[in-house]
Amino acid sequence: MLIAILVGFAISRGPEKPRVAFLNEVPKDTSVSVGGDTLDVVNARNQLCHRIDCIRVSSRKEAIDKVRSGDVLGALVLPANLAEKINSLASLTPEQPKVEVIVNEEDPLKAQIVDDRISSLLTEANLLIARRVARTGSDYLGLILNGGHLNFLGQKFDVLGLRTSARVLQALRPAVPRGALRQSLDEVVRFATLARDNLDLAGPLLNAVAEPIKVDKHVINGSAPPLDIFAISVAATFTLMFVTLLLVSGSLALEREENAFARLTRGLVSRLELLAEKVVLGVGVGLVVTVLMLAGLELFVDLDWARFGLWIVAILAGGAAFAAAGAAIGAGAREVRAASLLAFMLALPIALLSLVPSGAVGPGLYDVIKVIAALFPFKPALDAMTAGLDEAGPSLGAALLHLAILILAYGTLARLALRRFTAL
Amino acid sequence: MAEAPAPAATALEARGLVKRYGDRIALRGIDFSAEAGDRLAVIGPNGAGKTTLLSILAGILQPDEGEIHLPRGEVGWVPQQAALYRRLTAEENLRLFARLEGHEDPDATVAEMLELTGLEDRRHDQVARLSGGNQQRINIAIGLLARPGVLLLDEPSVGLDPRQRARLWDFVLALAERGTTVIFSTHNIQEAERYGRGLLVIADGERLFDGSPAGLREVVAAEAPEAADRDFETAFVAFLHHRGH
Repeated sequence: MLIAILVGFAISRGPEKPRVAFLNEVPKDTSVSVGGDTLDVVNARNQLCHRIDCIRVSSRKEAIDKVRSGDVLGALVLPANLAEKINSLASLTPEQPKVEVIVNEEDPLKAQIVDDRISSLLTEANLLIARRVARTGSDYLGLILNGGHLNFLGQKFDVLGLRTSARVLQALRPAVPRGALRQSLDEVVRFATLARDNLDLAGPLLNAVAEPIKVDKHVINGSAPPLDIFAISVAATFTLMFVTLLLVSGSLALEREENAFARLTRGLVSRLELLAEKVVLGVGVGLVVTVLMLAGLELFVDLDWARFGLWIVAILAGGAAFAAAGAAIGAGAREVRAASLLAFMLALPIALLSLVPSGAVGPGLYDVIKVIAALFPFKPALDAMTAGLDEAGPSLGAALLHLAILILAYGTLARLALRRFTAL
Repeated sequence: MAEAPAPAATALEARGLVKRYGDRIALRGIDFSAEAGDRLAVIGPNGAGKTTLLSILAGILQPDEGEIHLPRGEVGWVPQQAALYRRLTAEENLRLFARLEGHEDPDATVAEMLELTGLEDRRHDQVARLSGGNQQRINIAIGLLARPGVLLLDEPSVGLDPRQRARLWDFVLALAERGTTVIFSTHNIQEAERYGRGLLVIADGERLFDGSPAGLREVVAAEAPEAADRDFETAFVAFLHHRGH
């Protein structure tokens, strides 16, 4: 049970946050403003330190020392002129801001995590700033197009705008004598009209540059249950699997190890009865242990006890499939230890394989994993358990049908394998 | 005029038993019979078909040909290796099988069997802690739970020391004296001569001899006279040799 709980919670837990030294050289009380909007610096810093374990340092040397010693996996240095340069982005004299990242490459896996996290955070920051720069650019374009007031270097200017310019020029046109002068005026009017029409398109274009790809998420396969419920399902299914599989396979192999099988089946009980009794024993014990475990986990996680009936259905169906598989293993093994070892060696890897998500491996390998997982009761039992615990889980009916097929298949296999027990 | 003795009641009769495992023939038309209270030793070299024959008599295997008559009903079967739950006590094993046999008063049956085996004082001992001889006695007692007219013992004394063997055979002889027909297989030729009233010699699935130990000596004297005065095991080996085995 302990292993099952650990496995369940381990797979649902996110990766450990990398420790990163954080040096902020930007002077206090410096505001960051893009396009007239002030950015919430404190909130941005909190978000950053939520994603990584920020170890505050007071100097660049301290940051490098910590990286070199391995105390942190990397360092993030925000230079003193960062805010100033970000502020310049929406001005007419923009400068590109830079941050410094120092990474310890001794642990390539975690260094990669730091790189990915920082890259992700900077992408988010860049996107935020780009939106505001685009908005400012769009405002400038609007000014050029429609006219208005412009503040530059402390002075206020009136800007006529292309629309008004074209209109003024159009009004002046009749007063200009035919000839070269009017022809030149016509060219200016045409330019102003063309510029007005095309600059109308520049606003959406700037917005598109600021966010070239927009995520539009569509969920096509139902909603996923909460992660803690999934973790509990995994833990409960592991418990049910080990209890039932090991009990049934071991107790059936015991009949052979103790030489009692031939004596029992000489007329005291039929082979089918013996098999059924072992399965019922396994399912009964599995049910009790799993329900007790769920009741214990209720101390840590809220479970929906209104769905208790569905839990029982899921446990009974899953337990019966594990018991049938255990009977097949027990009937094939000559002694208890061999049966237990075989059950363990088969069940654990296949159960863990069943947890591999799509996309984690290549498509061909994933198809193979899916086939293997479908031949063993863990995956459908997990689906049934998840569906029993939470309405957002997978289809309970499909899982029960899958389990019923496996019960029939493994039961038949066990019955056939029992013929070997008669050999003296 | 003296009255002719009443014919002994037949407890078991086998006719033309044949058993094949693929191309290999394990039994080739075995015929024999045993009477009530008889003690029949089935002997022969390794692979002769002794265990196959007893398994067919016990109903564990089905013969490909031939038939078995059991006028006195049930056959009790005691496998070569003790068929007991070693983690249970002697009493628990007896009670479990008494219940499975459908005894109305399992506790009384357990008490009777413990008395029969002389293991009343070891009733609470785990079977795994009992000696091989005592385990075999419990094993036989379980074979007797169905009150069989015929008891089949597959090499019952294997692995026992001489003292345990002697106690085991005392127990078996007492059963036969009460009217139980005992059919046992053994590799121990002296044991077969000493405890078997009749001998059934088989080799390569074929019946070579069916009669008394004295009858086998007469056959040996006729077929292999040089071994006639030797010990029974030597005479038996000479007999097999003369018959091509």
